[in-house]
Amino acid sequence: MTEQKTHAIDMGSIAKAVENNNENPDTCIQVKDLNLFYGEKQALFNVNMEMARKKVTAYIGPSGCGKSTLLRSINRMNDLVDSARIDGKILLDGEDIYDKAVNVADLRRRVGMVFQKPNPFPKSIYENVAYGLRIQGINDRRTLDETVEKSLRGAALWDEVKDRLQDNALGLSGGQQQRLVIARAIAIEPEVMLLDEPASALDPISTLKIEELIHELKEKYTIVIVTHNMQQAARVSDYTAFMYMGELIEFGPTNNLFTNPTKKQTEDYITGRYG
Amino acid sequence: MENRASGQHISHLFDEEMENVRHKVLTMGGLVQQQMEQAVLAFITSDQELAEKVLQQDDTVNNLEMEIDHDCIEIIARRQPTAIDLRMLISVIKVITDLERIGDEAGRIAKMAIRLDATDYYHDQYHELNHLVEMVKGMLNGSLDAFARMDIESVAKITRKDEKVDREYTSIIRQLITQMMEDPRNITRMLDVLWTARALERIGDHACNICEHVVYIVKGDDVRHLKQEELEHKIKK
Repeated sequence: MTEQKTHAIDMGSIAKAVENNNENPDTCIQVKDLNLFYGEKQALFNVNMEMARKKVTAYIGPSGCGKSTLLRSINRMNDLVDSARIDGKILLDGEDIYDKAVNVADLRRRVGMVFQKPNPFPKSIYENVAYGLRIQGINDRRTLDETVEKSLRGAALWDEVKDRLQDNALGLSGGQQQRLVIARAIAIEPEVMLLDEPASALDPISTLKIEELIHELKEKYTIVIVTHNMQQAARVSDYTAFMYMGELIEFGPTNNLFTNPTKKQTEDYITGRYG
Repeated sequence: MENRASGQHISHLFDEEMENVRHKVLTMGGLVQQQMEQAVLAFITSDQELAEKVLQQDDTVNNLEMEIDHDCIEIIARRQPTAIDLRMLISVIKVITDLERIGDEAGRIAKMAIRLDATDYYHDQYHELNHLVEMVKGMLNGSLDAFARMDIESVAKITRKDEKVDREYTSIIRQLITQMMEDPRNITRMLDVLWTARALERIGDHACNICEHVVYIVKGDDVRHLKQEELEHKIKK
C-alpha cells in the first residue's frame, strides 16, 4: 500500500451517491462491463454482476479462470501489477472505485482483504490487531484495548489468546494466525471483506472454524470469497459465481447453483465432470 | 449418549438446518396422526364435516413432504453430510414418504365415512374396528416417539404389535365374511369396513417402516425385511 494520498476521498459525496443510486439498496458492489488485461493477455471478459450487502458471495472456478483477479480488482490490488489495465466500472455504494478522485488507501480501509497464507506481522498479538488504528494516528490506550478485544472476539479468537496478548503472533497455529489476520482486518471496521482462499492452508477443523466465522461476520460486513474448494463455497455462501476462462458463466443463489444450475458448464464443473 | 443427529457441529447453521428438518418431520408426523384419528372418528360416528376436514388437511401434509424433501436435498448439496448426518437425511426422505402415505390412508377412511353417511345404514356398527384402531394408534404414536427421541429401545415392542395387528386384521375379515353370509344385504357396508381395516393395517406397516429407519439412523444397521427375532437380535447387539 504505497500509493500517495493525493486525492482525498469525499465521504459526503459517497453518502449522497448512495442516496441517489438507490435502484437496489441491497447492492453493495456492482461490476459493470469489466474487462481486465495483463499486457496483451485478457484476463476478464465483460463481467457484470451485483453483490448484495451483508451477504457472502463466493467465486468458484478452475485455476486461472480469473476469480482472484476479479476479487483483487474490488480493492484495486491489480494497480500493483504494472501491466494491468482495466476497462469498465466497479461501483462501491454507487461510487466508481476507479474514479480518479478515489484515494486508494481509503478504499482499502473500506474494503479489507485476507489472503490464502496467514500473514501476521512479527509483533505481539495485541500490536497486530492495533496496527491499523495506530497508523491512523490512534494511540489512546483505552480505545486500542477496546478495539483489540472487540476485534478478537469478532474473529472468534479472544478466548484462546486473551491471556497472552503480548506473545508473538508468529507463535500461533495456522488457523489462529488466519483468525488473527481477520481480527486485524475488522479492527478498522471495513464495509467489505475480500477473502482470497482463506482456508486453503488450514486443516479441516480450522477450516470449519473459519467458515463458521464467515457466517458470523456477514451480520456486519459484505463478504466476497474466492475458493477453489467448491464444497466450501456451498457451505458458506449465499450467492455463488462460477467463472471459466475469464468469463462469468453463472451467478445466482448458492442453493440454486448447487442443486439445479442453469448452464451445462456449471453442472459439469460442480459435479466433477470437467477439469 | 447423545443420540440425536443434530447438535454440536462447529457450524451452528448446520445444526439449525438439521434441527429444522427434524422439527418439520415431527410436525408432519403430528398432522398425519391427527388425520388418522379424526378419520377413524368420522367413520365411526359418521361425522361428514370432520371427514371433510381430514381431506383438506391432506394438502398441508403434501406440501410439508415436498418442503422437507427440498430442504434435505439442499443440505446434501451444500454440506456434504457424512455418517449420522447422512443417515439422518436419507432416512428422513424415506420417513416422510411413509408419513405421506399414512395421510393418504387416512384420506381413504375419510372418503368412506362421507360415502357411508349418505346411506341410511346404522351408524354405530363399526365396533369390529375398535380394537384394531387402538393398536394402530399406539404403533403410530410409538414410532413417532422413537423418531423424536432417536430411541431404539421401544422399536421391538412396536414391530411386535404389527404381528398382532395382522392377526386382528385376519380375524376381522373372517368376522365380516360371516356377517356377509348371514345377510347379503350387509355386503356393501361390510366391504367399507373391510377397506377401512385394510387402511389401518397399512398404517401399522408404515409405522414399522419408520421404526426401521430410526434403527438405521441410530445404529447404521439396515433392519428392513428381517424376522422379528432377527430384528430384536440386531437392536440388542
